[in-house]
Amino acid sequence: MFTYTLRRLLLAIPTLLVISLVIFLLVDLAPGSPASQIPLTVPAEVRMRILEAMGANEPIHVRYLLWLKQFFVVEPLVWVDATFGTAFSEGMQRILSWQSRSPVFDVIVERLPQTLTVVGMAYVVGVLIALPIGIYSAYRQYSWFDQIGTFVAMVGFSVPTFFTGLVLILVFAVNLGWFPSIYNTSLRVTDWESFVAQVRQMVLPVAVLALYNASQISRYMRASMLDNLNQDYVRTARAKGLRERVVVLKHVLRNSMIPVVTVIALGIPTIFGGAIITEQVFRVNGLGALLIGAIQASDLPMVQTLTFIFAVLIVIFNLIADVLYGLLDPRIRYD
Amino acid sequence: MRLRTALMGACATAAMALPALAERGSDGNVNILYSQAVSILNPYLSSGTKDVEVSSLIIEPLAGFDEKGNLFPRLAAEIPTLENGGVSEDLTTITWKLKEGLLWSDGTPVTSADVVFSWQYCTHPEGGCAQAARYEGVQSVEAIDERTVKVTFSAPKPNPYSAFVGSTSPIIQKAQFQDCLGAAAATCTAQNFGPIGTGPFRVTEFKVNDVVQLEANPHYRDPEKPAFATVMVKGGGDAAGAARAVMETGEFDYAWNTQINPELQAQMKAGGKGQFVSAFGTLVERIEMNLTNPSPSLPEGERSTVKHPHPFLTDARVRKALSMAIDRNLLVEVGYGEAGRPTCNLVPAPEIYASDNTDCLTQDIEGAKALLEEAGFTPGPDGIRVNADGVRLSVLYQTSVNPVRQDFQALIKQWWNEIGVEVELKSIDPGVYFGGDPGSPDTFQKFYADVEMYANNFDGTDPEPYLAQYLCDKIPGPENQWQGENINRYCDPAYEALVRELAQTRDIAARAELVKRMNDMLTKESHVVVPLVDRGRLSAHSNTLGGVVLNVWDTELWNVQDWYRIK
Repeated sequence: MFTYTLRRLLLAIPTLLVISLVIFLLVDLAPGSPASQIPLTVPAEVRMRILEAMGANEPIHVRYLLWLKQFFVVEPLVWVDATFGTAFSEGMQRILSWQSRSPVFDVIVERLPQTLTVVGMAYVVGVLIALPIGIYSAYRQYSWFDQIGTFVAMVGFSVPTFFTGLVLILVFAVNLGWFPSIYNTSLRVTDWESFVAQVRQMVLPVAVLALYNASQISRYMRASMLDNLNQDYVRTARAKGLRERVVVLKHVLRNSMIPVVTVIALGIPTIFGGAIITEQVFRVNGLGALLIGAIQASDLPMVQTLTFIFAVLIVIFNLIADVLYGLLDPRIRYD
Repeated sequence: MRLRTALMGACATAAMALPALAERGSDGNVNILYSQAVSILNPYLSSGTKDVEVSSLIIEPLAGFDEKGNLFPRLAAEIPTLENGGVSEDLTTITWKLKEGLLWSDGTPVTSADVVFSWQYCTHPEGGCAQAARYEGVQSVEAIDERTVKVTFSAPKPNPYSAFVGSTSPIIQKAQFQDCLGAAAATCTAQNFGPIGTGPFRVTEFKVNDVVQLEANPHYRDPEKPAFATVMVKGGGDAAGAARAVMETGEFDYAWNTQINPELQAQMKAGGKGQFVSAFGTLVERIEMNLTNPSPSLPEGERSTVKHPHPFLTDARVRKALSMAIDRNLLVEVGYGEAGRPTCNLVPAPEIYASDNTDCLTQDIEGAKALLEEAGFTPGPDGIRVNADGVRLSVLYQTSVNPVRQDFQALIKQWWNEIGVEVELKSIDPGVYFGGDPGSPDTFQKFYADVEMYANNFDGTDPEPYLAQYLCDKIPGPENQWQGENINRYCDPAYEALVRELAQTRDIAARAELVKRMNDMLTKESHVVVPLVDRGRLSAHSNTLGGVVLNVWDTELWNVQDWYRIK
């Protein structure tokens, strides 16, 4: 297992380098220029000088190599400096956003908590709802509970989040006035009152995303349970006289969890990617909103760095899913 | 009981009538929503309106524009003029005097050195200053004494109020920014995110593209202002959501640029929590006519260049007919509602510069048809007009992707079809269309189409640089990497002469006459530029927020120190 993990990690390095080049080329060759953000009232010469100061006019290979150096050398050094109080990175240029002229990583670190609390919480809530629904739907296949569960899952999966988000805002924020429609990112939880405010502002975005996540995972859970419920070992367990509860929740559930755990693990990187649309609707302003804003403004360093971090996370969580698979299922051995 | 109610009523009325009596910070917090989030608080490094406007809460110029476009002093003691001797007789210098006792928000005094430094900061060749145009023609800025600065221009300048005037050229603190000159400007993140200023508020927290938290500046020059102790400027989302947060849920007190369609405007008003305010500036949505031939059959590098005149748009009658066929009132009704009004002028404001040109406001399909007949174009078998030489009236009409613009395209196409003109529509991603990349065929400067639509305006109240864009040497082409501003490729020696005359005229009435003359030459006489809609600003504020006066000549938050809570 250890050598397998090590081999996979080493293999990931060239993969990530290729990914970084592909992303860079895609982002760079995509139409659009940061100059489109400059109002037409700004004269052409000034426009040119702004682009020059950003470094947007350098040839493509120079910018790519510079970005590689900044990402793999400068930024880790900055991190080391910040942790140990050293000064290795002094005078080195960090990756700067063209929009805000500030280090890209500082912005990402600032945004991460919002995304993790809202999108992460939605994922947890989604999983917690999905598992019991999936299990019971499969156990009572074609019952009214299963039918309703299937219907809700279909609705949750097929209705886009910008629509559910807007409907929830109109009902709960505009008409009933129960929850705020705009997320306040500078709210600090210090006492009971601010905690309640935090929960209230999280309800709507979390509900939208949890519905979407739950409908997806509950279908996986249901399908996987159904596969196992008809297996011979289930009949044996029942014949041994085990209680129904033990049969379903111990024997069947454990075996059904294997593919579901993989699906859940593979979904974790998407939490970091944020929820572009939902974040925009509720102004959560996490990583998703950061990415879409950067794309609209053609802020290449920001788009490039964010997408590359997502790529790294996806590669890592794929590996974790594979390793988990081996841990959960003794039949799978990688050595 | 009744007496008590009456007394309370009287108190409430008194409080409403005399907001100025409130002391600093007595009205708590005010929430402002910008649908485009703020990226940086240094207008010298960003030309985005949202960045400039929110920065204006913190840093101020020497003078600003009020809601009528008139100058008023901010940090300056008074506006220098020829009469008070502040502007020299030969129009080459202007001398500003700072107010007495001005302090930065950190408590140190504001001096003329800070003013000189602000000029040095923006004109540093490696800084990439976004507002360099404000300092164009400035030869030197000198500190005469602690409170006096003299700006010298390299040539006589009839309008000397560009440097240090308006929210795009504020005074920054020398002590804070002195290590941020030139290439170092971008590395000064702490300074760019938290400038020390003289404005009514100072930054307490800044999150890039998300939220700015501010508190009242303890050293603000008016001890009774601002009435609000704190301000939160939240960013993100879209215009409709921003309007909703003010008009329907009441979570926010002010929403910037809530440009939404008329139907939605009416619906939001029913929410009853706020109101829309609109004001008109110089932003004009227009159709530009290409006077050169954009035909793809021409070799690359010669398309849309002066080498090849346009086959039929060079005929003024055809251009006029195209303009006559448009119903501008309907366009406004469909696209803008309260936030737009039909116009025939390229320079619709300020009032003294606006020509009384209203001929185009009534649609005249029959007149347009007759004009095309007169120009020799008669309907062919498919209804499209052709002239004796076989030139077909077929146009490619391009614009950026934007729901209102696509509605306009569809309507205008229908009208043009009616008069026998074939129309092909094209819509381009705004990032490309306005991106100015010389390698892309789809930029508005390259103009590989017969007509195109977009909106443009001018900075401040003086239209001179704007009208000077229509000079022959500003025509975009391969030799200048397609960077010129004369999009129509218009070239008229009589117009050039007027541009030169305007640059030397200093009497305001004479200037206004010239501007009107030039506006008419470009619009009603030649129809090279076909103005459609004068687009206003539309913002929303809560019913409980008092003191809002919408200003299109300067930052929208220009009088935030006078805002108060209606109790």
